[in-house]
Amino acid sequence: MAQNNDRINQALQALREKAAGQWREFTGSTIPRIHIGMATCGLAAGAQETRDAFEAQLKKDNIQAVIHPIGCHGHCYAEPLVIIDHPASGLPPIMYQKVNEGKAVMLVKNFLKGNDPLLEHMYGAMEESDTIPAVMLFPRFNMEKRVIMDKCGRINPADINEYLALGGYAALGAALSLAPEAIVETVTASGLRGRGGAGFPTGRKWQFAAQQNAAEKVVVCNADEGDPGAYMDRTILESNPHQVIEGMIICARAIGAGRGVMYVRAEYPLAVKLVTRALEQARELNLLGQNILGSDFSFDIEVFQGSGAFVCGEETALIRSVEGYRGMPRHRPPFPVEHGLNGRPTVINNVKTLATIAPIIENGAEWFRSIGTEKSPGTAIFSIVGHVLYPGLVEIPMGETLRSLIFDICGGIPDKREFKAVQIGGPSGGCLPASFLDTPIDFDSLTAAGAMMGSGGMVVMNDETCMVNVARYFLDFTQKESCGKCTFCRIGTRHLLEILDRITKGQGKPEDLARLEWLAAAVKQGSLCGLGKTAPNPVITSLKYFRQEYEAHINDGVCPALMCRDLIAYYIDLDKCARGCDACVGCCPTEAIFTTANRKKGIDQEKCIKCGECRHVCIPLYNAVGKASPPGTVPMIEKPKVPVKDND
Amino acid sequence: MIKLYIDNWEIHATEGISVLQAALDSEIYIPNLCWVREMTDPPASCRLCFVEIAGRPAPVTACTTIVENDMEVHTDTEAVRELQRTSLKLLLSAHHVDCGHCPANKKCELQNLARFLKVKLKPAEFPTYQPTGLIDTSHPHLDYNRDRCVLCGRCVNACRDKNGRPLFTFAGRGSETIVTPLFPPAGQALDKDASLVCVDLCPTGALTRKG
Repeated sequence: MAQNNDRINQALQALREKAAGQWREFTGSTIPRIHIGMATCGLAAGAQETRDAFEAQLKKDNIQAVIHPIGCHGHCYAEPLVIIDHPASGLPPIMYQKVNEGKAVMLVKNFLKGNDPLLEHMYGAMEESDTIPAVMLFPRFNMEKRVIMDKCGRINPADINEYLALGGYAALGAALSLAPEAIVETVTASGLRGRGGAGFPTGRKWQFAAQQNAAEKVVVCNADEGDPGAYMDRTILESNPHQVIEGMIICARAIGAGRGVMYVRAEYPLAVKLVTRALEQARELNLLGQNILGSDFSFDIEVFQGSGAFVCGEETALIRSVEGYRGMPRHRPPFPVEHGLNGRPTVINNVKTLATIAPIIENGAEWFRSIGTEKSPGTAIFSIVGHVLYPGLVEIPMGETLRSLIFDICGGIPDKREFKAVQIGGPSGGCLPASFLDTPIDFDSLTAAGAMMGSGGMVVMNDETCMVNVARYFLDFTQKESCGKCTFCRIGTRHLLEILDRITKGQGKPEDLARLEWLAAAVKQGSLCGLGKTAPNPVITSLKYFRQEYEAHINDGVCPALMCRDLIAYYIDLDKCARGCDACVGCCPTEAIFTTANRKKGIDQEKCIKCGECRHVCIPLYNAVGKASPPGTVPMIEKPKVPVKDND
Repeated sequence: MIKLYIDNWEIHATEGISVLQAALDSEIYIPNLCWVREMTDPPASCRLCFVEIAGRPAPVTACTTIVENDMEVHTDTEAVRELQRTSLKLLLSAHHVDCGHCPANKKCELQNLARFLKVKLKPAEFPTYQPTGLIDTSHPHLDYNRDRCVLCGRCVNACRDKNGRPLFTFAGRGSETIVTPLFPPAGQALDKDASLVCVDLCPTGALTRKG
């Protein structure tokens, strides 16, 4: 055994020394380095164009610099994000935000060629210095605690050596020297709970699987992320796939599995590509495959592309899908740890759970327990979207309050609007109102509040959001994504949706609220799998916390948030409307806006389709287009019999 | 043999069978639709066979619960009946109730369930089902009427258990899910007898013989 350990350590040491040498060469040289965030969020914001512009301009000006594609930093509001490390300038590495092609050209010309770092476009310096404020001074940076995303945005996800150079696969080396039981013990002692949403203790799951007496066992990484507005798993796989792979290998070692499946949805082509490459590289270095690092342990991972069904995030449906059948859940027990993929004991863990394993093995269970709360140790990653100033990915220690996450870290609600609700846990979670802002974020507190941790999607909504419509939106999603197997989920959610649809159209009936509550409770209780059991949550919580909004829709035909199209009308405030301005006329797709006798504007309610374009284009100085609910309350503006010419 | 109590009757059952089978074998009726005798892996999809078991917090489906010694099962409690009625009402709300024109009239299992659970065939809680008129005639031996199908999956599951490969499969998602014939690979004949077994298994008139 001891000799074996020596061999493993030597093999790993050789890999790490080579990687560290490459990294030293890269970071130690005086050639400027341009790090560009090239994950999907960056690419959507134009990172590829930015990269092309950098390359073209460097060539044109004949400047030597290295372009280093990195993953995502989590600061999605600032994409495309570029960090320029220009040692010769004497400045620390500087992070620039929203670097479009023009800024890229300017940076090359002024910073790399000239000597002006263009500080007006910067976000901050990556290190503390006397000259430039560091990003770590901002709450969006310093309130985070990065365990899972520690290396995200620092390394090139397509190069295993960069992961190795920053300490990657050290945990695997340690795990291979440990007895499998010791690994399970460490994970159990760390108190890690599954980050996929339900919060089941990971150590216990592994222990169940390890106890199974079977010739073959399987580890599955569940990256079938499908919640609207959630993209944590994608970002991790695109920024640092090796940390997940390392977690899978350690898990396989702990439970005695020989086969691994990375279940990535096909809608994440970049993640699929990077994971596939990462697996190839790991295989080349013998971190995967036969006799890993010279030990007696063999394990390999294949990539399986899920073809776009939300329900396949459910363990048993995922297994069916990998087996080649229609992804439909089945009754549990037997649980996958006993009877999983092709009948073999199978551990299915979320991407974030597996990415947490390596840090736990490396730093120990005590260290992990020191982060977060007692019952929910560690960190949580949220993808915060919606009405916040700084949307993106945030990794915080568990136990932080919703208020500090939304207001301190993410900058609060933009456009001087009020906070109204936050939807946590995607379509299976719940909407919490402002009175829950001081709730600590951990598995138990959120469940007690009626929401759930979920996989980490968080949608923040301002006071212009209609909660009935939000519930309708999520129900529409789950109803369409139901696999159609069991009665309650297939038909029950459709009836729930029909009722909500009617209410948002102003056709609600007084008995609808009682029926919603009754049916939501029945679907929750009667459904077969987790999707159906949690699908009514948005209805249940919004009915609980925003009941008056439902009542306003049904009893008064009013949408208090002025959002439901059938219950509002647009009008033009003649006191504010500027004489002779035609902005709204030009944008109206149905020509519903006419000019009044004194050359102001009015809206022909018969023609208006309530698209809201006029409100968007009316310049903020006038702000003359208003909304009112119910539609009958808008001021009537007489339409002249003979059309008034606009520009005479 | 295992000894258990269903509605206070002492029952003896073979080890490993489900509560549902044990009850039915002892002539205690538990409503069910998707379950077929001797099925290895019940789909538990109709959500009708709920029972309460002493010591468990919520009703469970009888088809997926394996009998245990001294188990105390109750099939006729308020919570159980409420769930069963809701499930049946949901099924009926997605079914074209047009018994007068249906070949399954009077031998339809939905009618029997409705009678047993005292549920009206057109439940007032839900809007009436709007028939789609979709009839799939692509199968050489039988026709499939979507408006009558309640997606119990018997034709799919029982066939898979017996033949290894089902003659039907589910298609579509959510409330748009349908059953559709799954034709064998080119060159292989479609088994007529096996196809017609599916007609006999259908609890409603959704699958009918051609002609």
